[in-house]
Amino acid sequence: MMTSTSLVYLIALPLAGAAILLLAGRHSDKWGHLLATGLSGSSFLVGLYQLSLMLGRSNGQRPITQKLFEWISVGSFNIDAGLMLDQLSICFVLLITGVGTLIHIYSISYMSHDPDRRRFFAFLNLFIAAMLLLVLGNSYLNLYVGWEGVGLASYLLIGFWNQKPAYATASKKAFVMNRIGDMGLSFAIMIAFATMGTVSFSGVKEAAGHTSTAALTGIGIMLLVAATGKSAQFPLQAWLGDAMAGPTPVSALIHAATMVTAGVYLITRSNFIFDAAPTAQLLVVIVGAITLMFGALIGTAKDDIKKALAASTMSQIGYMILGAGLGPVGYAFAIMHLLTHGFFKAGMFLGAGSVMHGMNDEVNMRKYGALRKFMPITFATFGLGYLAILGVPPFAGFYSKDMIIETAFNSGGSKGVILGCVTLLGAGITAFYMTRVMILTFTGKSRWDDQAHPHESPWLMWLPMAILAIGSVTSGYLLSHGDALVNWLSPLFESHGEHAELLSPVVVSGLALVMVAVGVAIAFLKYSRNEVAAVAPDDVSIFTRVARQDLMQDRFNEAVFMRPGQVLTDVLVKSDEAVIDGAVRGVGRLALGSGSSLRGIQTGFVRSYAALILIGAVVLVAAIWVVTQ
Amino acid sequence: MTFTAPVLNYSLLSPILILLVGALIGVLVEAFVSKALRPVTQLSITIGTLVLSLAQVWKIRNEHSTTAAMGSVVIDGPAILLQASILIISIISVFLIADTDHFTALAASLPGSDEERHAVQTGNQVTEVYPLTLFAIAGMMLFPISSDLITLFVALEMLSLPLYLMAGLSRRRRLASQEAALKYFLLGAFSSAFFLFGMAYLYGYSGSVNFAGIRESVVGGSGNDVLLLIGIAFVSIGLLFKVGAVPFHTWSPDVYQGAPTPVTGFMAAATKVAAFGAMLRIYYTVFANAQWSWTPLLSAVAIVTMLFGSLVAIAQRDVKRMLAYSSIAHAGFLLAGVIALNKAGLDASIFYLFAYGIATVGAFAIVTLVRDSNGEVTDLNRWKGLGKRSPWVATAFAGFLLAFAGIPLTSGFIGKFSIFSAAYESGAKGVVIAGVLSSAIAAFFYIRVIVLMFFTDPIQDGTTVDIPSGLTRITIIFSIAVTIVLGVFPAPLLTLITNFATFIR
Repeated sequence: MMTSTSLVYLIALPLAGAAILLLAGRHSDKWGHLLATGLSGSSFLVGLYQLSLMLGRSNGQRPITQKLFEWISVGSFNIDAGLMLDQLSICFVLLITGVGTLIHIYSISYMSHDPDRRRFFAFLNLFIAAMLLLVLGNSYLNLYVGWEGVGLASYLLIGFWNQKPAYATASKKAFVMNRIGDMGLSFAIMIAFATMGTVSFSGVKEAAGHTSTAALTGIGIMLLVAATGKSAQFPLQAWLGDAMAGPTPVSALIHAATMVTAGVYLITRSNFIFDAAPTAQLLVVIVGAITLMFGALIGTAKDDIKKALAASTMSQIGYMILGAGLGPVGYAFAIMHLLTHGFFKAGMFLGAGSVMHGMNDEVNMRKYGALRKFMPITFATFGLGYLAILGVPPFAGFYSKDMIIETAFNSGGSKGVILGCVTLLGAGITAFYMTRVMILTFTGKSRWDDQAHPHESPWLMWLPMAILAIGSVTSGYLLSHGDALVNWLSPLFESHGEHAELLSPVVVSGLALVMVAVGVAIAFLKYSRNEVAAVAPDDVSIFTRVARQDLMQDRFNEAVFMRPGQVLTDVLVKSDEAVIDGAVRGVGRLALGSGSSLRGIQTGFVRSYAALILIGAVVLVAAIWVVTQ
Repeated sequence: MTFTAPVLNYSLLSPILILLVGALIGVLVEAFVSKALRPVTQLSITIGTLVLSLAQVWKIRNEHSTTAAMGSVVIDGPAILLQASILIISIISVFLIADTDHFTALAASLPGSDEERHAVQTGNQVTEVYPLTLFAIAGMMLFPISSDLITLFVALEMLSLPLYLMAGLSRRRRLASQEAALKYFLLGAFSSAFFLFGMAYLYGYSGSVNFAGIRESVVGGSGNDVLLLIGIAFVSIGLLFKVGAVPFHTWSPDVYQGAPTPVTGFMAAATKVAAFGAMLRIYYTVFANAQWSWTPLLSAVAIVTMLFGSLVAIAQRDVKRMLAYSSIAHAGFLLAGVIALNKAGLDASIFYLFAYGIATVGAFAIVTLVRDSNGEVTDLNRWKGLGKRSPWVATAFAGFLLAFAGIPLTSGFIGKFSIFSAAYESGAKGVVIAGVLSSAIAAFFYIRVIVLMFFTDPIQDGTTVDIPSGLTRITIIFSIAVTIVLGVFPAPLLTLITNFATFIR
């Protein structure tokens, strides 16, 4: 692989921004946001330059690496801190820095009244740097550093408005759920290291050929756990909705366009593992299918505009995960959907932010209505994103989502039929809840609070929205024209044989459009014809109630994870304090002949402690006896 | 009967001898220097002694000898590294001890007595903590270089006795502090008895108290295995007690909580280095060939220790107790390095000990800063919103916690990664799985504290964060810098350790 010396600038620029802004403190209040935006933009330019270089090289020569320094060297084990830029990572680099820079620009205006705007920009830059490290690392270990880094930056940003207790709880939940995912990643790294003796992508790829399927399955499942944590997939999805407590640009950047898609990146990057571990790959598909329905159903009942969009993000990432789980045929489509989703979902989130900006930070869609007239640009850009997510031709989602549906149908056998139907049904539900968002927000009669006086946002805010809207319109066509993205990425993935075609593309597109039309129609009948209540009605079906409570995900977590965990720690603490003092004391007395010799010295604790030591000693000696016999 | 005068290589022993001389001078200072000059004199002597000793360690860094003290101590690469680690950790700990506000004015007085009040009123602050610290450090320096059982035992007592006293010196909550000291002493004596008992068996097995002699018998395999096994088991108990491994951990939460915080920091960091240093030497050299007998056992202890420490720490509401259980968990992680029994395991353990020691002193330095009118506030609920009150202090503490949790770009990650990979290489898969699992569990409570500090509202209850004194500030900045530098650029130190750390037998 060719080496380069300039990859590091991609990361160094935003990282320098974060450092300068945090260290300069209040001194940089005046110009900090401009510097941060500029550095993020420069990183994007470096990315474009790298792309141009890459385009100039022949297919096999495209990936380049850069060794930064020797990181860990223990015994026979050496690992460098190194970067690698290939066809896959360049997609992410451009998405992260491109969308990232737009969101920086948007935030200049959105956060202009916040006294801590500079700190916010410092964290944004930190996030960009960490996310770039995640996609540029040349080994699982380097990826892990970026993985933890984006986690850290996202907690800082979710908790940015940490005056409000609910927000703090939200970042706590994100913390915990992500820890489970991170644990999966560290397990995967450990297993890979144990069985292959290497953790670099190239090394693991090479070694995967002669590693047992059991080990590969283990690694694959652990990587999937990691992906479910970071990408809010079932069963670790609960944190995403609460993470919406963060400032809206953060939701757009981190919880829609970039960080939450890291799981998709991880699975795609590890294609050589999943291709060789069918069980793990099947699990990926299942997780994706469950989540895409799960998110879609939650989306139908949310009145909070950001939470509705978050549920939709969860669902759309479910599509990507499902695509990535379909093997070599699916990877490129997963990435394509990831890129188009990056445009339209970020655009819609910024639109939601713009609406909130005009509506006194109100997030309840039942208190919106008729905003079309007052916020025409927001309406237009949001509307284009809406058409894109629905998959209406020729908007972006039409190309990327239909590809996944088609691949699902053609994945063979009953699996193909089930997956195809799930993805189709998901498309219909998506159409329903997105139409609901559109109707509740932009059309009908106004249901505003008295203080609300909606107005269009300043140009610094609508410009990024407009640019993203252009992406929502064109990106699908551009990426799929002449199979551009598929061909671009194909050197990275194992080539695949042609699959039996169950349904032709035209039929799939037709079916999908029918489902979308049905979804839109139901939403129109339900919300456009009737008056929408400004307060959510209580006389709703059990399904709505369950969906409003995020399909009971919190109660599930509480019952399955939290309670048993608490019981376990309680028992251990009690055994450490009470049981040792009680039962063990009795045994100890027995062992000592009489406890009275020690009684009266202390409150009894020392005696029982000593007794425990004695028991431990006896057990140890007995065990050594048993072991060595 | 004729006695042969012992032949001592004073140059090689000088790091320890310097400390002992410094400690004796400290005792004299305590007796003869006026109370106004005492603290500053003691501090200068102590720091001077430690620096001098460190310089001496540097000077002898390339020497290797088994005959420095008639075969009782051995100077080799690991010895130098461990001694240097102990000294560096001690120096930054002494900076914390220098804050006399933590120590009782007159340790010999009864808590709440007139004597005590009088001492406080007249500003008659006794400073015997400094010579005690130096004596303890001297013992810690001797412990990992001992190469016979008698010296090992003397070193063990030499480091323990001053620590028992130091644990009882707290100015506030003196009864709890004295109770902790007594507990520590009684249990320490109890475990010493086991240790001594084990020594006797090892002597019975091999006919020698010298490590080389015992090793020869183990390699030869001619002795009575029962004696060897009992010897190994009982010596292990003594050592496992010192490092706080389950089920010999019971003293540590109480003592950590009761002792003055600077002493806790010193004890948690430096004692671990010394005790694990000795443990590494014994298991890697003396018992290496009897691996079949102790590996399963030590693995079981390691697994239980890691899981137990991590799980129980979750339920703690007191920051010092939480750090105590965390240190129990870390003892488990370090045991993985002992079990590895390969070069990588040795290197990783030494790195881990240094990194963990530095971060521990730093964390306890932060604990000394959070106070109200009654002294330190260790109730975690009152740490809420610390990030808003003093962002830098909270950020530093978060850094140490992330290092304990083993998050990348901190020294803790490199330590954990290298120690687990070494253990994996040696085939101790169960230990590594338990290790990764418990570090994931452990991350919860470290992160819970971070959440508490940054994402919850402060409660107005008079909890304040002291502006750190100059010396405390040095400790904190040094610790956090080391923690991060070793996380990002660990290679130089790892290479140094790899090139240096080879036991000579």
